[in-house]
Amino acid sequence: MFGPSVVWKVMLGAALLGAASGFIGTFAVLRRRALVGDMLAHAALPGICLAFLLVGSRELFSLSLGALATGLLGVVCVAAIARWTRTSQDAAIGIVLSTFFGAGIVLLTVIQSNPTGHQAGIDTYLFGEIASLQSRDLGTIGITALTVLFLVLLGFKELQVLSFDPEFAAAQGWPTFWLDLAVMTMVAVVTTIGLPICGVILMAAMLITPAVAARFWTNRLEHLLAIAALIGALAGAGGCLLAAPQLTATIGLGWLSSSHGVPPGPLIVLAGTALLMVSMFFAPERGLVARAWRERKLRARIAQDHLLRALYELGEKEPEARPWIDQHRLMHHGHWTPSTVPFRLSQADRKGLLEHQSNRVRFTDRGRALAAKLVRTHRLWELYMVEDWRRSPELVDRSADAVEHSLPEEVVERLEALLQSEGRLPATSLGEVPESPHPIEP
Amino acid sequence: MFLALTNPFGPDMLPLLLQVVLLASLVNVSCALVGSFLVLRRMSMMGDALSHAVLPGLVIAFLFSGSLGVVPMFLGAIAAGIATTFLTQALHQYGHVSTDASMGVVFTSFFAVGVVLLKRYASNVHLDVSCVYEGSLLWLAMDTETVAGLEIPRQVAVVLPVLLINLAVMTLLWKEFKLTTFDAALATSMGFSAPVIHYLLMALVAMTAVASFRSVGSILVVAMLIVPPASAQLLVHRLGPLLAVACAIGVFVAAAGATLAIWLNVEPPGMMAVVAGVVYGLTVLFSPTSGLLSRALFHRRTASRILREDLLAMLYRVHEHDADQRLSLHEAIDAVGGGAAARRAFRSLRRQGDLRQTVEGLALTDQGRATASQLVRTHRLWETYLVEELGLALDHVHEPAHRIEHFIDEEIREQLAKSLPQSAEDPHGRDIPE
Repeated sequence: MFGPSVVWKVMLGAALLGAASGFIGTFAVLRRRALVGDMLAHAALPGICLAFLLVGSRELFSLSLGALATGLLGVVCVAAIARWTRTSQDAAIGIVLSTFFGAGIVLLTVIQSNPTGHQAGIDTYLFGEIASLQSRDLGTIGITALTVLFLVLLGFKELQVLSFDPEFAAAQGWPTFWLDLAVMTMVAVVTTIGLPICGVILMAAMLITPAVAARFWTNRLEHLLAIAALIGALAGAGGCLLAAPQLTATIGLGWLSSSHGVPPGPLIVLAGTALLMVSMFFAPERGLVARAWRERKLRARIAQDHLLRALYELGEKEPEARPWIDQHRLMHHGHWTPSTVPFRLSQADRKGLLEHQSNRVRFTDRGRALAAKLVRTHRLWELYMVEDWRRSPELVDRSADAVEHSLPEEVVERLEALLQSEGRLPATSLGEVPESPHPIEP
Repeated sequence: MFLALTNPFGPDMLPLLLQVVLLASLVNVSCALVGSFLVLRRMSMMGDALSHAVLPGLVIAFLFSGSLGVVPMFLGAIAAGIATTFLTQALHQYGHVSTDASMGVVFTSFFAVGVVLLKRYASNVHLDVSCVYEGSLLWLAMDTETVAGLEIPRQVAVVLPVLLINLAVMTLLWKEFKLTTFDAALATSMGFSAPVIHYLLMALVAMTAVASFRSVGSILVVAMLIVPPASAQLLVHRLGPLLAVACAIGVFVAAAGATLAIWLNVEPPGMMAVVAGVVYGLTVLFSPTSGLLSRALFHRRTASRILREDLLAMLYRVHEHDADQRLSLHEAIDAVGGGAAARRAFRSLRRQGDLRQTVEGLALTDQGRATASQLVRTHRLWETYLVEELGLALDHVHEPAHRIEHFIDEEIREQLAKSLPQSAEDPHGRDIPE
């Protein structure tokens, strides 16, 4: 919907705005005030209309001042309602958002009924006019972004504590109310700058989505802010790219930008959402895939531990150290389904823990050592539970089942020393596998 | 800026006004019904989210059915509403994102999808996005049909069924809604599924939002969902009355908003949101139970009663100490803290005839002496109680007794007297007056 020469300027503007809102939006999200951005964007409408009525022109600066004024008034109203009435904060946000917006609509109809006022349409306000971005606007956005960056760096320590532990910040004697207000003012300024360019919904999304996406990548605030800014910039630039027909056609997405023209606003939102989804699934530490993979590996290890212990317990009474055990006995012993036992056995075989011979298996030396260690942990814990926790010997098996996989070697050794010093283990058996306190099922 | 005023009750405007009020009242009452539960469950912003997120549902329903009929519209809205609820919940649960942030992400994305679909495939439809925002109450109210001799707006056929469905569901599942709203854990343990009720509520909200937003616009749906229930919450404390008051406020907002809007020649939905905001502001200030002003008034009354009582008790003690000593007005006022409040307390005591001002100074009347002796009796009984029963040291009992003497009524005082060993003196050795 615009020519290539404009595209780069618009992309730069959207990227800058995305970076600024992603950056400052992080604090709003961390303070559980994600929807305050939405509220600010809506509460700006009456301010814009009032400024227009007072000044009588669409001069950007005065409109922005008006937007900022009613936006901040909205923030103060929400804080006051939440502080002094029984209304909860979410309802307060909704009340301020909708009432202010209603007042804005009323003012808008007043403007539209005036002979001079036909220029300010609500469509511009809802979706913004990113294509009309001027070089001067780039300057404004850039200066705003740098100012916000500077202010945040100035109070970084305080904001960090406020974001993660507001009670501690208050206990330190810091003015949490004013810090919060400062953050919200910065959110309001960025929203106000972005509103005429991007529109209401986009601003709400740009404050929230990058921060939520960045949260999947890191636990540190510095990195969080940087990644959120980066994701915001990528979303801004990417959305503009999608809206430019010349460019989308070359990458095979030409269907997106028809002759009617999809405004870049929604596409920027969707680009942000796409980045969020990529982050949510594929981020290395906290991503869903990584978490599912870790969980799967843990489950496999636990299953293997259970198998090794079962094999050990079945062969314990045999005279030889590594007796052959029939697979059928194993299946009955552990209540496994017939299909899982061969699968787990072959996995353990591949790791060199077992040997196969037709229908029978037995430990390798390494497998036996590993199994002995497990059984030892299991039984030491059982003994401890029986004596120190006064549990019946029949009931301790379950608890030991859960603990045996994760009890550190150091704790096992201290447990052994403790039991031995109380005479509950024969003094010679250090590092040996003790007797089970309960009968083992055949 | 000059507003052209129109008389809303004039013969040419009155029918329109009535139609607007009828339509808006139906919308507001169905919004207030479901909105009350949103507000009570602290999910008010879900109303905002859903009223945006239904857009793609509408567009898809339109693309499939090729019409803007009521049934596909509702189905699309309910599907989008449930999808939004589900995704918000999933993002919160599996992504460890806080609820408000996940709500914000989901509804903005849905809205963006809706706008893209709309612009790409359905740009010639009468489903303008700004109309979704502003609503077109006036046009819809003017589009009437004569039913049984009355001009009824056609849109009533969309809004009334939704109201009836809301009413029916609330009536049938009243106790389930109530229980899951106030104690979800108890509801689950009693075998009512809280999630099912949650999704049902969200489906109702989505349906209500869709039925309403062609009339009043999506943001004003939010106003009607949240503001009347939030106001009602400040006025009453039981669920049934809360719903009734919220609905009444909804109707009032419709009537007052429409009248003002026609009078001032502005958009009725916007005016209704403003009126709703004003109603909320008034309840915040003047609600009899929790209003800021009534609470301030109550505090002031209590404070001045305490001052009056302190003044009386002080004069009683002075007289007890030395029957000839008279305090001057200034001395007395300084003794209870001084200032305008103390002077006011003095004036009101004199008006009530509890004390009189003579040339020698202040003196209690018989009536004043009787009140004061009861106060001092409470004070000294309490001191005795603290020493005898709780074993507090002598120098620790005056302050608490001084505070509590204003809040112990006759019944408790005599019970106190009965439960203590019969003694005419308090621990400081002063007489306990009868």
